[in-house]
Amino acid sequence: MTEHIPILIVAIPMVTAICLPLVARLSPGAARAVDISGYIAVCVITVMALVRVLDTGPWHYELGGWPPPWGIEYVVDPLSGGMAVLVAFMGLLVSVYADSQRRQLPAWRSGVYDSLFMLLFSGLLGIILAGDLFNLYVFLEISSLAAYGLLSAGGNRAIVATFRYLLLGTIAATFYLLGVGYLYALTGTLNMADVTSQLPAIVGTAPFGVAVTLIVLGLAIKMAVFPLHAWQPDAYAYAPPPVTGFIAAVMSKVSAYALLRVLFFVLGAEGAAGAVIDIMGWVAVVGAVAASVMAVAQTDVRRMLAYSSVSQMGYILIGFSISNAHALTGALLLIVNHAVMKGCLFLAMGSVVWRTRAVTVDELAGMSRRLPWTMAAFTVAAISMVGFPPTAGFFSKWYLLQGAVEADAWVFAVALIVSSLLSAFYFLRAIERIYFAPVQDTHVRRARVFEVPVGMLVPVVVLGITVLLLGLFNRAIVTGVIEAALPEL
Amino acid sequence: MDQAFVGHSYYWLSAVLLLIGLHGILAHTHLMRKLMAMNVMQVAVIIFFIAISAKSEATAPIAIDHGTSLTAEAYINPLPHALMLTAIVVSVSTTGVALGLLIRIHRRYGTLEESELLERMRE
Amino acid sequence: MDRPLLAILVSLLAAVVIRLIGDRPAARETCTFVAAVVKFALVASMLPIILGGGTLESEPLGLVPGLTLHLRVDALGLLFALVASALWIVTSIYSVGYLRAGNYPNQTGYFASFAVCLSATIGIAFAGNLPTFFVFYEMLTLATYPLVAHNRTDAAIAGGRTYLVYTLIAGQALLIATVWASTLAPGEGFQPGGFLPADAGAGVLLPLFALFIVGVGVKAAVMPLHGWLPAAMVAPTPVSALLHAVAVVKAGVFGILRVVGYVFGVDLLRTIGAADVLAAVAAVTILLASVRALSETNLKRRLAYSTIGQLSYIVLGAALGSVAAVAGAMFYIAAHAFMKITLFFVAGSLYVEKHRDKVTQLAGMAREMPITMTAFAVGASGLAGIPLFVGFVGKWNLALGAIDAGRTIFVFVLVTSGLLNLAYFYPIVHDAFFGKPEAPAGGEARWTMAVPLTITALVSITLGLAPDLGFGFFTLAWQAAESVATGGGGVP
Repeated sequence: MTEHIPILIVAIPMVTAICLPLVARLSPGAARAVDISGYIAVCVITVMALVRVLDTGPWHYELGGWPPPWGIEYVVDPLSGGMAVLVAFMGLLVSVYADSQRRQLPAWRSGVYDSLFMLLFSGLLGIILAGDLFNLYVFLEISSLAAYGLLSAGGNRAIVATFRYLLLGTIAATFYLLGVGYLYALTGTLNMADVTSQLPAIVGTAPFGVAVTLIVLGLAIKMAVFPLHAWQPDAYAYAPPPVTGFIAAVMSKVSAYALLRVLFFVLGAEGAAGAVIDIMGWVAVVGAVAASVMAVAQTDVRRMLAYSSVSQMGYILIGFSISNAHALTGALLLIVNHAVMKGCLFLAMGSVVWRTRAVTVDELAGMSRRLPWTMAAFTVAAISMVGFPPTAGFFSKWYLLQGAVEADAWVFAVALIVSSLLSAFYFLRAIERIYFAPVQDTHVRRARVFEVPVGMLVPVVVLGITVLLLGLFNRAIVTGVIEAALPEL
Repeated sequence: MDQAFVGHSYYWLSAVLLLIGLHGILAHTHLMRKLMAMNVMQVAVIIFFIAISAKSEATAPIAIDHGTSLTAEAYINPLPHALMLTAIVVSVSTTGVALGLLIRIHRRYGTLEESELLERMRE
Repeated sequence: MDRPLLAILVSLLAAVVIRLIGDRPAARETCTFVAAVVKFALVASMLPIILGGGTLESEPLGLVPGLTLHLRVDALGLLFALVASALWIVTSIYSVGYLRAGNYPNQTGYFASFAVCLSATIGIAFAGNLPTFFVFYEMLTLATYPLVAHNRTDAAIAGGRTYLVYTLIAGQALLIATVWASTLAPGEGFQPGGFLPADAGAGVLLPLFALFIVGVGVKAAVMPLHGWLPAAMVAPTPVSALLHAVAVVKAGVFGILRVVGYVFGVDLLRTIGAADVLAAVAAVTILLASVRALSETNLKRRLAYSTIGQLSYIVLGAALGSVAAVAGAMFYIAAHAFMKITLFFVAGSLYVEKHRDKVTQLAGMAREMPITMTAFAVGASGLAGIPLFVGFVGKWNLALGAIDAGRTIFVFVLVTSGLLNLAYFYPIVHDAFFGKPEAPAGGEARWTMAVPLTITALVSITLGLAPDLGFGFFTLAWQAAESVATGGGGVP
């Protein structure tokens, strides 16, 4: 059974997703059990896969026994294994959280909701494990469609935001597919490793440049990189909190992973790919600072967090662009850290909204007295986003800065610092309100501690603690997983 | 100059359709029109893939006669066709979801004009 | 037993315990006091090793491949740690009295934050390399912010914001400088005499030095980076006393000493021409701050400007670079701490017991609060540099060091500053002792406030007469200064 783990990682959620609505009709309790056990199962097998891969090297799994380059391949290597573990872990926490928030829905709808979540989960894992360019497209669309469904569940404004996201997401996927088409026309293969082996012949040709541009554009829209980020603040603000928590934490990271995979591993950062990486870095510099400035101007906390995400995606791209060992390490570490930090922040805000309907920074006044634990986790995650030691965010920033200084990329270093200071401004402003402002009674019924139920509290606190642990033990992650994931550097 | 066009007409078609679709999404303000433009964009990609699978003097990739040896040059490349089946399915599903969203939007806001919608959303 | 690490962790643990204890005043104050005593005992227990010429090192945690959380106890670090932990004990006692007298809310948060601040301070003292230093430096910023804004009034929150703006920008400058330095000299820790390669050239080293000075200079209140210090006086007085007269600002000048002596090295700085610039900046700060203090009528703000001026004595000593100057500067860390904290304690007592916060309101106060005002007189005299008080020992060495370094002009700066000190302190003393009281009411401050300030005042006198008494501050300072001057190897 364990030889089939790579396909099981994708198949288990998919099958569960199909079964859930039916099971939910029969028994809501059973549906919840099936749901949670699906996530737990995936967590377990992704960890198993990562451990095996760290031990024995990349694991190539041929679907149906068809050998590559004609067959479809799933590849678990330290990079994809690590990402899979991250996604699985976030999925489990968010599903526990979501469960708690949705007691009021009728069982049937709840089952559909869980099913969509599972589909999204499966799609993301498929993107991560795909060893085939077209298969990546398929999973990209699977996850996008599921995401559209989930995001639209947040009410009327969410539907409009989702439609705009649908348009942009489809443009993105279409560009990606067209880029893959050009690569196929050039190489005759869709298998990632095979394309790499044929690279020397095609690098430098015009179609190669077009292919690279299209693929990068497509994935960049998905990553919500400035200036292609317009869909994100609306989508995050109006969607249901667990959905935002998961999508904000994970989806753009998976797209960043896909970009890394294609640009560095498949295309070897050569020729046009190298040029694109350079251009990307400069756009990202502008984006990181501009997005931080826009975040300062937001009153709605969730939009502020969304712009903060755009800015952090910029950091990741800056790391890719500098592309020395330290910068790439920083970018990968930031992918992991940001998933956990943003997940924590959005889930905490979700708890706040659920409890008190407060959404703006001003309305957070005195929230520490209402939801002390949730706000403590929020504070830890916020401090980490700014980059204070010894939290996780500091270390990814450290690596990125080291990479920038080593490469004499002073503009990049300054951009990182300026953006950090801006994020210090808007995060500490929120923290100041939470702890030091007098409590506003307009949104809260009773004047005492009114924490959220355990099912919502535990994931948030776990994520908060993880932020600290990722910081203190970042060396383990770097030397254990990230350095194995970036072997040629 | 005509080297650029001869034998490449399908690529030009694909490019033109892609741009029409892209323009439609960005320029039109009615959501339904945007959706149709999106479809046009997706069709453009499908045409591209089909175009690259074509070979001169080749026939449909169905092996009728097992007696004679099969040579690759006699048949067009079936793989892009298979890929595009998937792409078509994706396109249809996305359109389905989009139409569902549009129906909801129309029910709630009574309009599909983006400018009016954004106004009503802000309220 | 990893004593450096334990010394840091003791108060972190105490902070958690205090948070859990919550609203039981006696329990949480006892917890604070016990933690302070344990911390001091741990720190003091390392004294014999250091005085004997050794160091204590530990690397408890790998932070980043190639750089670890590196703790190293050397003479300078131990000096700072001893001062900070000793003064925490007295400040804890004082805080009890002050908070009760003023009926302040949120005392749990206060004591917990204080404990974390002391952790960070000891961490700074024992940092063995720049990244470790940075980690604890930022931790200190973060932990002091809630204390600055503690009163939760608009003025307090505004003061807190000003504090954060200054310290965060400085933190980022320090971060870039640290990353840059570790690119130039990977994996290196603090070395007496500096570890940066001289062949990096002035074009690289000068901007790097500037970044470092901005980074640590904000906390060291070097002009023009001093703006946060008067603003931070909105904090409750024990906070101002320990943190803004001892921990935070001393962390800043400690950082300057580390950068000058242990990252760049005195000779390298002279070569690239930065030493004189730094000395000039310090001198300007000393004089301007002293003049500015004259115009302040609010007692705490006058003390704030006095602190700004006095801190730059230490910066000046570091910049001059001769053994006597550096030793004097290092010793002044201890000297100034004891003297200034006495004055702040007095200011706090006056505010909370008598509701007086202006220098014009102190006429005849010595009759009502003889112990308190005598302590003030002692502290003020020490700061002015009057012989037999501990301030004089430091200033004498600084002056000698200035002559040694061939920069005799700075002796005049020191003398002028001393005169200015007298000018802004003596009237207060004169008024208190010889003035006519307005409306005598009540008596001396309560014992929880009077005893600590008496202790620190007595220490100011005792160390003035016998600078090495007790914990060998003077020896520690000379040891460290000599190692910096000889540069690398030998006695750390």
